[in-house]
Amino acid sequence: MSSPVKLPGQHYLNAAYGIKSWLLTTDHKRIAWLYLASITLFFFVGGFFAVLIRLELMTPQGDLVEAETYNKLFTMHGLFMIFFFLIPSIPAVLGNFLVPMMIGAPDLAFPRLNLASWYIYIAGATLALVAAVTGGVDTGWTFYTPYSSIYSNTNVVLAALGIFITGFSSILTGINFIVTIHKMRAPGLTWFRLPLFIWAHYATSIIMVLGTPVLAVTIVLVAIERIFRIGFFDPALGGDPVLFQHLFWFYSHPAVYIMILPGMGVISELVTCFSRKRIFGYSFVAFSSLAIAVVGFLVWGHHMFVSSQSVYASMIFSILSFVVAVPSAIKVFNWTATLYKGSISLQTPMLYALGFIGLFTIGGMTGLALAALGLDVHVHDTYFVVAHFHYIMVGGMVMAYLGGLHFWWPKMTGRMYPEWWGRLSALIIFVGFNLAFFPQFLLGYLGMPRRYHAYPEEFQVLNVMSSAGASILGIGYLIPMIYFIWSMRYGAQAGPNPWQAKGLEWQTPSPPPTENFPITPVVTEDAYAYSQEEAAVV
Amino acid sequence: MWEGFPLFPESASTIAGTVDRLYFFLIGVAIFFSLLIGSLVFIFAIKYRRRTENETPRPIVGSLKLELVWTIIPFILAMIMYAQGVSVYFETSRPPSGAMEIYVVGKQWMWKLQHPNGRREINELHVPVGMPIKLTMTSEDVIHSFYVPAFRIKMDVLPGRYTTTWFQATKTGRFHLFCAEYCGTKHSGMIGWVIVMEPSDFEEWLRTTPPPAAPRGLAGERPPLPVRPGESLAAVGERLFQQLGCNSCHLPEPGGQGPPLTGIFGRRITLEGGETVVADETYLRESIINPMAKIVSGYPPIMPPFQGKLTEEELVELIEYIKSLGRGERTTSQP
Repeated sequence: MSSPVKLPGQHYLNAAYGIKSWLLTTDHKRIAWLYLASITLFFFVGGFFAVLIRLELMTPQGDLVEAETYNKLFTMHGLFMIFFFLIPSIPAVLGNFLVPMMIGAPDLAFPRLNLASWYIYIAGATLALVAAVTGGVDTGWTFYTPYSSIYSNTNVVLAALGIFITGFSSILTGINFIVTIHKMRAPGLTWFRLPLFIWAHYATSIIMVLGTPVLAVTIVLVAIERIFRIGFFDPALGGDPVLFQHLFWFYSHPAVYIMILPGMGVISELVTCFSRKRIFGYSFVAFSSLAIAVVGFLVWGHHMFVSSQSVYASMIFSILSFVVAVPSAIKVFNWTATLYKGSISLQTPMLYALGFIGLFTIGGMTGLALAALGLDVHVHDTYFVVAHFHYIMVGGMVMAYLGGLHFWWPKMTGRMYPEWWGRLSALIIFVGFNLAFFPQFLLGYLGMPRRYHAYPEEFQVLNVMSSAGASILGIGYLIPMIYFIWSMRYGAQAGPNPWQAKGLEWQTPSPPPTENFPITPVVTEDAYAYSQEEAAVV
Repeated sequence: MWEGFPLFPESASTIAGTVDRLYFFLIGVAIFFSLLIGSLVFIFAIKYRRRTENETPRPIVGSLKLELVWTIIPFILAMIMYAQGVSVYFETSRPPSGAMEIYVVGKQWMWKLQHPNGRREINELHVPVGMPIKLTMTSEDVIHSFYVPAFRIKMDVLPGRYTTTWFQATKTGRFHLFCAEYCGTKHSGMIGWVIVMEPSDFEEWLRTTPPPAAPRGLAGERPPLPVRPGESLAAVGERLFQQLGCNSCHLPEPGGQGPPLTGIFGRRITLEGGETVVADETYLRESIINPMAKIVSGYPPIMPPFQGKLTEEELVELIEYIKSLGRGERTTSQP
């Protein structure tokens, strides 16, 4: 990093100028930027709702906003964070930028479809925003029927339409990734030489393509019941209220893996690069992604242990939920083993990665409490669940996303972010996160139900702790946003490979040219070949 | 413990201790692994930190033995947790025979509770300590969930279906009753108390406290049946049965237009087309509001549907009356 480097004269960012060159681009790297800008916007929209929720919960009486407003706030917090931030974030930003570069391809297999995916995403998000500002939705992001289909007096159909449309963006991105990974790998890049980031995106894409249509069907059924009063879910119309939950969770549980698998892919890249070691047990980590994707489809019923589902069905869903925890455990152990006798550099991306490992472990282990039948009965729909999934999705997924963003920022912009500020932000986020969400485990076991606008007084102290942590967390998220923007102009020039990392994306200039590689690379070694000795071993 | 800052819920039912033990076991394992991973990461990050710019460590490719160890151990631990979870779940889903039965109707946004002797309560449930209580629950509108943290029980309350749960309180006192399934605007206001009393106090309460004027919902154009103080659910059900004219077809003996209802509850009956079904609460409810759905073999499909004409409380009263006509043999394995 000390040697003076220069930005390349021609690269994808200055290849063309003007707003049209961005809005009509088919370059996967520019589309990644379109996603980055819009996803960041929706992250802060969702975060704004979170701030209001935590402010409201500082006092037990529910005195900041009306009950109805509060219900709309947590609904829109969930909708925006899940559908417009967590699900697309890593695949659409980092995946879009890196999948072609990591496999030595000039672009995704269907560049125009890729651009169309972004427009579809924007159309869906716009509808959801319109639904939010023209009265909001109060069903919770889960849209449970018959409340959503009959009883709610809010913009359910419009918001649902937004989600429905956004789903197509997810499906198209998945198809694009699968075809690209199958057909466009550079010569010599066999399946078992692929970076684990690619394996994770491959597994994620399978879920996107197979799961999302089920969500689409479910949403259409809710809309039909709401508009035409045709009974699918409301028993007064001859429907089954639990049917919705089966359909909804058939997508939405695998959707958790859409969020976390790409994050796991990022962590594999960061841990190897910053300990300069080949990943411990490459094939176990790769296959654990596929195992999670497959078994992840068979566990949806663990959301319904108290829904009157049959006891025997619950037993099956419970055992499968325990089974799906095993591949996740394998990954955690392998990352830890990779550190052993490594050459570890605690730069910002690595701090995020280590934070991820810790928070994901806590989140994963507490998930077992929800998979255990008799125990889930007590903690189901309480703050224990809220804490658990925030540990996985915010503590895990967002840490991975930010770690990845710091890691590949020099590749995307050609410039470095300020390291000192980076480490500070990682630290603030880690501390703020734990203060915000750890008390919620205690609240949950005490019995505070989720989605409560007002609550009994004995829960106040823990809620105040949680709100305090949330404000620290919010500051932690603002800092990177500011220095990333600053670094685009003033950051030190990075050079092609500031981390001395392995992987094809580091073998081309930063920022890369539009065609990614001047000459198609030929791959002769396994992924993460950080030492010469190893080349001899393999 | 800590006044105003509790960290652990009160345990007030026979099941609570069992659930807590499972919780401590799981949390113990979770803390062990979180500390193990956390300290390994910390120690490695310090011990193997990069010392020179260009150092490259010796590569370690992997170890099948280690992979097997950390696949099999978590798997075995998971299966132990699974088995314990199932055994607790079985305990919570099987009400002991002879439990006192209470009906619960959830409605946006209140809990309506009915004792077998006809006593009705809103958002408060009085029960005696040390006696198993079985709750049979349904909803008038959306999905609710009956949750008493101190008892460690929770069960969704669904429209169009009866769900059950049970508990046996181990100490007297007042315990929070929450709605745990989001049910609309005043979801967080749908809370109440379970008041556990000494059996003698409970008897006293039943006898002396005058029943509040029971708010009866009105469904359809029929005027609501007035409820006499102290009248049991089954007795109200019987009067309703006659008022609706059910007794003109459902005679006590075979020979009427409809099947006789004596001893039908819990019996396995044969339907038109050969299928069989157990006449439980859910089946009876369906057969009242939508008789054409499952027609008993050998009877003409002539009963009018009562969809929208009866409130959930009235349905409960009718079912309680049918139950009072005698119980058939339970032939299914009800877990």
